[in-house]
Amino acid sequence: MRDAVETIRRISGVNPLKCMKCGKCTATCPAYDEMEYHPHQFVDMVVNDRLEELMASKGIYHCLSCFACIERCPRNVKPGALVEAVRLAVIRQQDQNHLKPQDIPALLEEALPQQAITSALRKYRR
Amino acid sequence: MQRIGVFVCWCGSNIAATVDVEAVAEALSHEAGVVFSTNYQYMCSQAGQELIQNAIHEHKLTGVVICSCSPRMHENTFRKTCERAGINPYMVEIANIREQCSWIHKDKAVGTEKAIILGRAAIAKVLLNAPLTAGTSPVVKRALVIGGGIAGIQTALDIADAGFPVDIVEKEPTIGGKMTQIDKTFPTLDCAACILTPKMVDAAQNENIKIYSYSQVEAVKGFVGNFTVTIRRKARYVDEEKCTGCGLCTEKCPQKKVPNAFNLGLDTRRAIYIPFAQAVPKIATIDADYCTMLKTGKCGVCSKVCTAGAIDYKQQDSFVEEQYGAIVVATGYNPIKLDRFDEFAYSQSPDVVTSLELERLMNAAGPTGGTLLRPSDKTHPHTLVFVQCVGSRCDGGEKGKPYCSKICCMYTAKHAMLIREKYPDTEVYVFYIDVRTPGKNFDEFYRRAVEEYGVHYIKGMVGKVTPQNGKLYVQAADLLGGQQLKIEADMVVLAAAIEPDKSARPLATMLTASMDTNDFFTEAHPKLRPVESPTAGIFLSGACQGPKDIPETVAQAGAAASKVIGLLVKDHLTCNPCVAESNELMCNGCSACEKVCPYGAISYIDKEFRGPNRTTLLRRVAQVNPAVCQGCGACTVACPSGAMDLKGFSNAQIMAEVDAICK
Amino acid sequence: MQVNGQFQPTIVAFCCNWCSYAGADLSGTNRLQYPANVKIIRIPCSCRLNPMFILRAFQRGADGVILCGCHPGDCHYTTGNYYARRRMTLLFNMLEFLGIERDRTRVEWVSAAEGAKFAATMNEFVETITRLGENKRLEDLRCKSK
Repeated sequence: MRDAVETIRRISGVNPLKCMKCGKCTATCPAYDEMEYHPHQFVDMVVNDRLEELMASKGIYHCLSCFACIERCPRNVKPGALVEAVRLAVIRQQDQNHLKPQDIPALLEEALPQQAITSALRKYRR
Repeated sequence: MQRIGVFVCWCGSNIAATVDVEAVAEALSHEAGVVFSTNYQYMCSQAGQELIQNAIHEHKLTGVVICSCSPRMHENTFRKTCERAGINPYMVEIANIREQCSWIHKDKAVGTEKAIILGRAAIAKVLLNAPLTAGTSPVVKRALVIGGGIAGIQTALDIADAGFPVDIVEKEPTIGGKMTQIDKTFPTLDCAACILTPKMVDAAQNENIKIYSYSQVEAVKGFVGNFTVTIRRKARYVDEEKCTGCGLCTEKCPQKKVPNAFNLGLDTRRAIYIPFAQAVPKIATIDADYCTMLKTGKCGVCSKVCTAGAIDYKQQDSFVEEQYGAIVVATGYNPIKLDRFDEFAYSQSPDVVTSLELERLMNAAGPTGGTLLRPSDKTHPHTLVFVQCVGSRCDGGEKGKPYCSKICCMYTAKHAMLIREKYPDTEVYVFYIDVRTPGKNFDEFYRRAVEEYGVHYIKGMVGKVTPQNGKLYVQAADLLGGQQLKIEADMVVLAAAIEPDKSARPLATMLTASMDTNDFFTEAHPKLRPVESPTAGIFLSGACQGPKDIPETVAQAGAAASKVIGLLVKDHLTCNPCVAESNELMCNGCSACEKVCPYGAISYIDKEFRGPNRTTLLRRVAQVNPAVCQGCGACTVACPSGAMDLKGFSNAQIMAEVDAICK
Repeated sequence: MQVNGQFQPTIVAFCCNWCSYAGADLSGTNRLQYPANVKIIRIPCSCRLNPMFILRAFQRGADGVILCGCHPGDCHYTTGNYYARRRMTLLFNMLEFLGIERDRTRVEWVSAAEGAKFAATMNEFVETITRLGENKRLEDLRCKSK
């Protein structure tokens, strides 16, 4: 499992050991109520080799990638980037996560904006 | 012919773990000139030093090479050892095989090989060493303290008590520093002014202390025992001799809209002002940025009401030059600017304040007369949120300061406690990352805030503060409770990180005192010499060296004072004998060395030399004043004829080291 | 120098006593690793570095020479590092003219607090010199022991 954590670190370019567990990411997170694991737990799980649980959780798809946590984190840990990396790790697993396009709508949460829309807002707001 | 002894130290396992000390001693014993070589567990211990002394006697050694820790650590120790055994202390060379070898390498073979080469270089150098005798320079028995906060005042009082004259240079119109702005002090909750103002008065009345208020250090020349300092006395447009401090001018001045810096801009003052009632010296100062008379030439009210005739609109900055034997830096700290942390809405709402502003809002002499009122609408706040670590413990750079500001946990507990005591209907939330309360009676104090005063301590951080309809909506994480909190607060108090005063950096350059990457002054040794700067004669007091609370600052101020006294009681200081020396026979009198010397240590004389055929020649040659020369070696490189050389680091010695390393 | 068929560069580092030597000590205190190829010579100030020493080092077979001093403005002797900077600029120009790669010589400012920078600089410098290979142009073959 250590390798997997290393992969996450490599994809995200983040050192989760820098986290001092202040919780500012969780305090900032607009999708807090929707996520079963919250940003600070996220970092903690990556550090403590609990990657499988994380990859199996639905919470990682509820992250809006608004990057508020990245903006606010005093230690440059970038929980948002870690979430992205975990999602990628899920996608890269062989024969486990080949989604068919028709499956996607059922997976989306009605109340939440789609990730692509949020990303677009972030990209073009300036 | 030199007889060299080589002593290889194990430093316990610090060196011996990655360097085969026996192999090193064995390899070095075959070097030319080496007559004795050994290794020992702790060379710096009593037994180790005796080993060296015995070997010197037994083998009639003329030079010693010690392969051990950095010369910055124990060079002096070993020099004294050898001096006791009867050889010149400058016949010792250290090969640094700990910091620069064993600690940075993991492979034993590599470490051993490098240690041998470093030892060889030291042997090559010591073979060319010559006995040196240190000269002496006189000590000016007067000290300068830069900064007149509690650190500076305490240092000055202690030095003055020992009978030495001290000058305090303070850039503000009054001494007292940050402590004057603080309401109560932890963990005893006694009022800051009650314990500080008597000290300020003591300083003013002590005949050994001279206070230069509203002044700053302009230039520093010289070296330990003999500094020449130029002090700029800023124009305050008031004659210090004549002003009685009656304060009439500060009531009559028509310019009323000047932000009051003493109250951190929470209220206003006049253009002519005395910062606060207990100011020392109690002399009015005109704020040139706001004074109508100075800006337009039309007003002059203060000069009309002043019965002492002290107002002088034509006053200019003046300069004082003074000699000092020692300089103490006590420049203190400031809270950081919060413009990078706008998620806490500091710039958007007046009800978001820093902790220092809260001190003023709770102080009886503050803008609200001691009643806690919201700055926006002057109503009582019912819910207060304290945010810890704002700008502290960050990743550095853009994000904020990488260090812990140390004092915030305690003053926040103090604020929370005072507020709950005075206004029991108020709810107080403290969001913390860690509560750090090491210190005598500190943790008990914090526990009292929780247990007796019912302050809500919540582990987590505030993510966002939104001002809306006169309220502050605080979104925060409660990590232990596992929830995201949304609190409707009336006031938010930010524990802003503290940073060294901005005046410290240019001062450090003037003093050639080193600073760390956060602009805190570096101490000569982090454990063993905490109040001295690596630059001789410069001492550190208070928060300019690192974040400190008041008891620690006072302790350090006393420590710095005792070091200064230890220096000033000496009549003479031993100079560094490693100074430049000119070979008169080679010198052609070109003045190249004189031009590069930063100390003016080189002069020229016309000297008679024997010429051909029994004639005498009058030649201009350079002469170095060894008491003034600091031994930088700039002249040795500038000299085109190679006449200038540096004792202890001569051209031949460094070349020998180069040769030994490149062999 | 060739060790077991592998090129091991000899690197001489001149460190000023007040900042860089202390910085080197600090990187040791913090156990920050850098290659053993670097051998440090302590000089009182970067301005003590006579260009002759660098030429001598190259003549005797050094593959790289680095000078470390206090940051500009922080010199213990006020202006020493400014002298060093000018002298080294001229010397390095001349060395380049002689065909010595510019990367073989370097000046770096390292303060007493920058142990990490010292180690990083040395790691990088050793890497650069290893890539450049052996110094042949200035080496005096008569000085070779074998």
